[in-house]
Amino acid sequence: MNFVVCVKQTPDTAELPKISAAEAVSGDIKATLVLNPWDEFAVEEALLLQDRFGGDVTVMTVGPQRATEALKDAIARGVQKAVLLDDPAFAGSDAWGTAAILAAAIRKNGPVDVVLTGKMSVDGNSGLVAPGLARKLGATLLTQVVKIVDISGGRITVERQLEEGRETVTATLPAVVSVSKEINEPRYPSFMGIRKAAKAVIPTWKLSDLGLSPSEVGAAAAKAQWTDVRKPPARASQVVMIKEATVEATAAKLADLLMAEKVI
Amino acid sequence: MDFRLTEEQEGIRRLVRDLVEREVKPLAAHTDETGEFPWGPLRTMAKLGLLGLNIPEEYGGAGADHVSAAIMIEEIGRGCGSTGLIVAAHLGLACGPLNRFGTEEQKRRFLVPLARGEGLGCLGLTEPGAGSDLAGGVRTFAEKRGDSWVINGSKMWLTNGAEAKTAILLCRTDKAGGSRSLSQIIVPTDTPGITFGKPERKMGLHGSHTYAVSLENVTVPLENLLGREGFGLHQTLETLDGGRIGIAALSVGLAQAAFEAAVAYAKERKTFGKAIAEHQAIQEKIANMATAIEAARWLVYRAAWARDQGLPYTRLAAQAKLFATEMAEKVCYDAIQIHGGYGYSREYPVERIYRDNRLMAIGEGTSEIQRIVIARAVLGER
Repeated sequence: MNFVVCVKQTPDTAELPKISAAEAVSGDIKATLVLNPWDEFAVEEALLLQDRFGGDVTVMTVGPQRATEALKDAIARGVQKAVLLDDPAFAGSDAWGTAAILAAAIRKNGPVDVVLTGKMSVDGNSGLVAPGLARKLGATLLTQVVKIVDISGGRITVERQLEEGRETVTATLPAVVSVSKEINEPRYPSFMGIRKAAKAVIPTWKLSDLGLSPSEVGAAAAKAQWTDVRKPPARASQVVMIKEATVEATAAKLADLLMAEKVI
Repeated sequence: MDFRLTEEQEGIRRLVRDLVEREVKPLAAHTDETGEFPWGPLRTMAKLGLLGLNIPEEYGGAGADHVSAAIMIEEIGRGCGSTGLIVAAHLGLACGPLNRFGTEEQKRRFLVPLARGEGLGCLGLTEPGAGSDLAGGVRTFAEKRGDSWVINGSKMWLTNGAEAKTAILLCRTDKAGGSRSLSQIIVPTDTPGITFGKPERKMGLHGSHTYAVSLENVTVPLENLLGREGFGLHQTLETLDGGRIGIAALSVGLAQAAFEAAVAYAKERKTFGKAIAEHQAIQEKIANMATAIEAARWLVYRAAWARDQGLPYTRLAAQAKLFATEMAEKVCYDAIQIHGGYGYSREYPVERIYRDNRLMAIGEGTSEIQRIVIARAVLGER
C-alpha cells in the first residue's frame, strides 16, 4: 500500500496575527514557519495507516528551499521519504496550479493508493488543493474524514464528519483523503527521528522533472487572482457584566441578552 | 566561529518547546499551587528519549551532545521551573556520574533504566553539617562489612529523593578523614533502612520535591562503589561541573519566561494614555533584560560546547552558573517591576518564576562557591 501526504509550510498559528498583508503577498514571511498544523493530522494518519496496512509513506510539498523544514518535521515523526517541489515557474500558483504540481509529482513517485492532506492550510484557508488534486489524479475525493475504517480489495471505507452527523462512505481507490482534526492525536517527533531528519538529503523536483509545461503552473495559469490583500479590521467588542440579585435572575438576564443577540 | 546550532539541536529545541507548550506550561501554575509531582509530562519526555538525552545510545540514551541537553533544560525551564529542576537533577547529578564513572555492569544495571526514563535518579551530598564544605563535613559513613557496604547517617536536600529509583550517595569510607576519605556509592532507593522525610516546604519549585533522608544500616554490595574508593570528592566536584551547566540553562529558561511575560504585559498595559512599553523607563529594563539573557545563554552554550569538545570546562561552567542565575534574579525582579502590583499577584506567572529561580544561586554550589572556583582558576591555584 502506498501513501503520499501533501503538506504545506505555514506560519505558526500563534504567529498569524503578526503577518502583514505585504508579507502574505510576497511570500517573504518573517514569522516562525512550521508544518501546517492541519497537516500534522494527515502525517500522523499516514503513519498509522502504514502501521495497519504496511507500505510506503512519502511526504511532498510545493515551496521554496526553506520548506524542507516542514518535510523534515514529517521525517522526524517517522515518514521515510520526502520530496520538495520547487521551481521558479511555480511562483504565484493558485490552488489549482499547486494541485497540478502535486499530481504530477505523485505520478512520478509511482503507484499510489491513498493521498492524504490536511483539511486546509492555516494561511491560505481555501481547502481547495485536495479537490483539485483528486480531479487531476482522477481519484476519489473524500473530505472531512475523521476515521479510516478499512482499506481492502481496492476500496476504502471512511467516516466523514458532517454538520448533521457522521456518515460512513466506501469508495474506490485511489483516493484523496482530506482529514479533520478529530481523526487522531499527532505524535511528537522522536529524538531518533530528529537525528534522521537532520541528516536527510531531500531531493528537489523541478518543472522539467515533472513533465509539466510552464503554462500549466505559476501566476499565468492561476484561475484566481489576488487583486487586493488586506487585514480584516479588528472586531469591535464590548464587555457587559451581568450581576442581578440572584443567580437565577443573572442567568435569566444572560439568556435574554443572548436571545436578543440571536446567539441562542 | 559559527554560532548556528546544528539541525539536530534546533530540532530538539522545537520538539521540547512544542511539548512544553502543550504539556508543561499549562500545568506549571497547578504544580506550584499543589506541589504535585509532574509525572504526566515526565512520562512523555521518557517516551521521547529526553530523560537520557545526552547519554550514549548503548546505555539507553539518545546520544545527543551536552549543548542539546542545555537547550532542553532551558526550554523546560521556560515552561516550569519544577519540571526543569527534576530533569536537570536526574540527568546531571545521577545519569551524568553513572555514565562518567560507572563500570560496564553498573551502567547496564543502573544507568540504562534511568536513561530510558523508567525511573528517576538523584544525588545525595549535603548533610545537616555539610553543604559547601563536603570534605570536612560529611558524616555519613559507609563501612565495609564482608562483601557489603553498610551505610549509616543522613543526607539533606535530595532533589527527586523519594521519587527516584536510584540514588548516588557521597559517603565517608575512611574514618581517618582527608581529601581521599570519601566515596560515591550507588544505592537503590528501595533498599531497607532508607527513610525519606516529607518533602521540604520551600519558597518555590514546589513540584520538584526535596527530601531529607536517614540511612540506617543500609546495605548494598561492594560492587556498588561508583568510580574509585577515596575519590568521591573529586568525582562529586566533576559531577557538579556538569550539573552547573544544567542549573545555568534552567535559569536562562526561567529568565526567558519572565522576560516574555513582561514584554507581553508592557505592550498591553496602558498608563498616561499609552502602552507602558512606550515609556523609556520600561524600554530600558526590556533592553537590559534581553541583553543579559543573551549573554547568559551564550555562556551556557559555550560551557556545554567545551564539555562536548573534551576541553576543560570547570571554570566555564562556574561562570555560566554564576552569571546566569544572578542574571535571572535581576530579570525576574524587573519582570515583576514591569507588571507592577499584578507582578506580585499569583494571577501572573512572574512571581512564581522569581521564587523558582531563587534556588539556582544556591543549589549545586552557591554563587559564593562559584566565585571561589572561578578565582582559583584565574589565579592558577587549580
